[in-house]
Amino acid sequence: MLTYTLRRLLMSIPTLLFIAFVIFMLLELAPGDPMANMPLSIPPEVRQQMREALGLGEPWYVRFPLWLNQFFIVEPQYWIDNAFGTNFADGAQRIISFQSRSPVFDVIAQRLPQTLWVVAMSYVVGVLIALPIGIISAYRQYSVFDQAGTFISMIGFSVPPFFSGVLLIVIFSVQLRWLPSIYDTTHVVNDWDSFVFQLRQMIMPVMVLALQTTAQVSRYMRASMLDNLGMDYVRTARAKGMSESVVVMKHVLRNSMIPVVTVIALGVPSIFGGAIITEQIFKVNGLGQLLIIALQGSDIPMVMTITFLLAVLIVMMNLIADVLYGILDPRIRYD
Amino acid sequence: MTEPQSIKPVKPVLTAGDATAFAGRDRARNQWLDVWAQFRTHKGAMFGLFFLTFITLFVTVGPLIWNVDPGKLDIRNKDVRPIYIALVYSDAKVNWANPMGTDNLGRDIMANIMQGGRISLAVGWTAMILAVFLGTLIGVLAGYFRRLDGLLMRFTDLVLSLPLLPLLLVMMLLFRDPLRAAFGPEQGIFILIVLGIGITSWMQTARIVRGDVMALKEREFVLAARSIGTPPHRMITRHLLPNVLSPIMVSATLGLATAIITESALSFLGLGFPSDFPTWGKILFDSVDRMTSFPERVVWPGLAISLTVLSVNFIGDGLRDALDPRIRGQ
Repeated sequence: MLTYTLRRLLMSIPTLLFIAFVIFMLLELAPGDPMANMPLSIPPEVRQQMREALGLGEPWYVRFPLWLNQFFIVEPQYWIDNAFGTNFADGAQRIISFQSRSPVFDVIAQRLPQTLWVVAMSYVVGVLIALPIGIISAYRQYSVFDQAGTFISMIGFSVPPFFSGVLLIVIFSVQLRWLPSIYDTTHVVNDWDSFVFQLRQMIMPVMVLALQTTAQVSRYMRASMLDNLGMDYVRTARAKGMSESVVVMKHVLRNSMIPVVTVIALGVPSIFGGAIITEQIFKVNGLGQLLIIALQGSDIPMVMTITFLLAVLIVMMNLIADVLYGILDPRIRYD
Repeated sequence: MTEPQSIKPVKPVLTAGDATAFAGRDRARNQWLDVWAQFRTHKGAMFGLFFLTFITLFVTVGPLIWNVDPGKLDIRNKDVRPIYIALVYSDAKVNWANPMGTDNLGRDIMANIMQGGRISLAVGWTAMILAVFLGTLIGVLAGYFRRLDGLLMRFTDLVLSLPLLPLLLVMMLLFRDPLRAAFGPEQGIFILIVLGIGITSWMQTARIVRGDVMALKEREFVLAARSIGTPPHRMITRHLLPNVLSPIMVSATLGLATAIITESALSFLGLGFPSDFPTWGKILFDSVDRMTSFPERVVWPGLAISLTVLSVNFIGDGLRDALDPRIRGQ
């Protein structure tokens, strides 16, 4: 298992390099100009100097290795320096945003907590709702509960987050005035009241994202439980006189969780994609909003870095899902 | 303990070569009639088919009957509420000439939703056809020709590990101007969105088709066809494609649903069609700023998107059951 994990880790390096190259070349080939938003009164030679000051004067085969060097060597060095007070980086050039002129990773570090709060919380909530729904739906197949669960997950698949979010705002913020429609990220939780406020402003974005997760995970959970409920070992367990709760919650559930755990791991990157839209609706100033602003301002280093970080997340989650599958199911051996 | 009531008379099992097996059937049964019969038993799928037909007619035939220019400004009649609002608030500004109301520039909302639906559905269908075509092509090539398999599937895995929504946004933003210059503002964005969605959503179809083709390749009828000298292209079109048609159709419905949602999401993020060019997502996006006073402007396009996608998903569900010969006829 360890050799397999190491081999997959090594194999993910060329994959990531290729992805970085694809993203870089897409941004490079694209005719969008980071100077397009500058005033037209700037003379062409000054414009050329500004381009060179942004590091755009060199051809791509110089800039791409430079970016790789900055991303994989310089930035971790700064990170270690910050953590341990060492001086590995020695003032090396970091990845600088075109818009804010500050290091890209500093901006990302500022934005990450907001996104993580909303996204991670919604994923946990979504999974926690989905698992019981899936279990009961499978155990009572074709019952009213199962039909309702199927219908709700169908709605979760079909109603896009930009409509469910807006609909929730119309109902709960505009008509009933129960919940705030804008997520206040400057809010600090220090006592009970502020905690309640934090909960209230988190409910809607979290539920919008959780609906998508619930729809998907509960379907997988149900299908997986149904597969296992018909197995011979379930009949054996019942024949031995085990109580129904032990049969379902111990024997069947443990075996059914194997594929579901991998689905949960694989779903993590897509929830970050969904956060781009949800953050736009509830005005959360997280990573998704940062990406949109960077895109609109042709802030190439920022777009490149965020997109690549998402790619790293996808590749890592694929790896984790495969390794988890092997650990949880002893019948699967990759060697 | 078996309850005596639950024992049912067992039907005699037909044995091979039983001449009476088909005696009850007086005519040959068409496979597609069987599929239709099974499809009709799925209530959700029938609702989906009904609604999809309705919305398609609404956006195609509708503008012929409701002959109002969606872009026509009528400042005097701006911010008209839909007529049903008058039932609740008798002093609301309503107008029978604009049954679903008008927006802040006096454009008729019903005409806009019809026009927007045309674009949304056109983008959805074209992008889906492109994605299914690409997916089937790559899946069949990878499944049939062993030499291409490794290369094509590695490529599919690579594309699957790209962050697709951010890349789609990048593509929208960066290639917008040259395509607009080349094909005109509307045509250019249409081509860009269809291409963008098409080339980012073929991977699942390719994987499914490859798996099925690889399984089919080992079957006897393929061996028989090869032994009489069938060339590869006819092998694919004649023997393999018809047999992978059902997974392709199911993934096509899923593709249509995702394409409609993706197009609306792009418009919602402000990176889709230009603002004077309505699509459902665009109307929704434009109405969000004023949804406190005019919630209906958000609800109608949103409902149109959601119900269309819901009905397409239900059709896919029904098709999956209807095309599966193990479920059909039970």
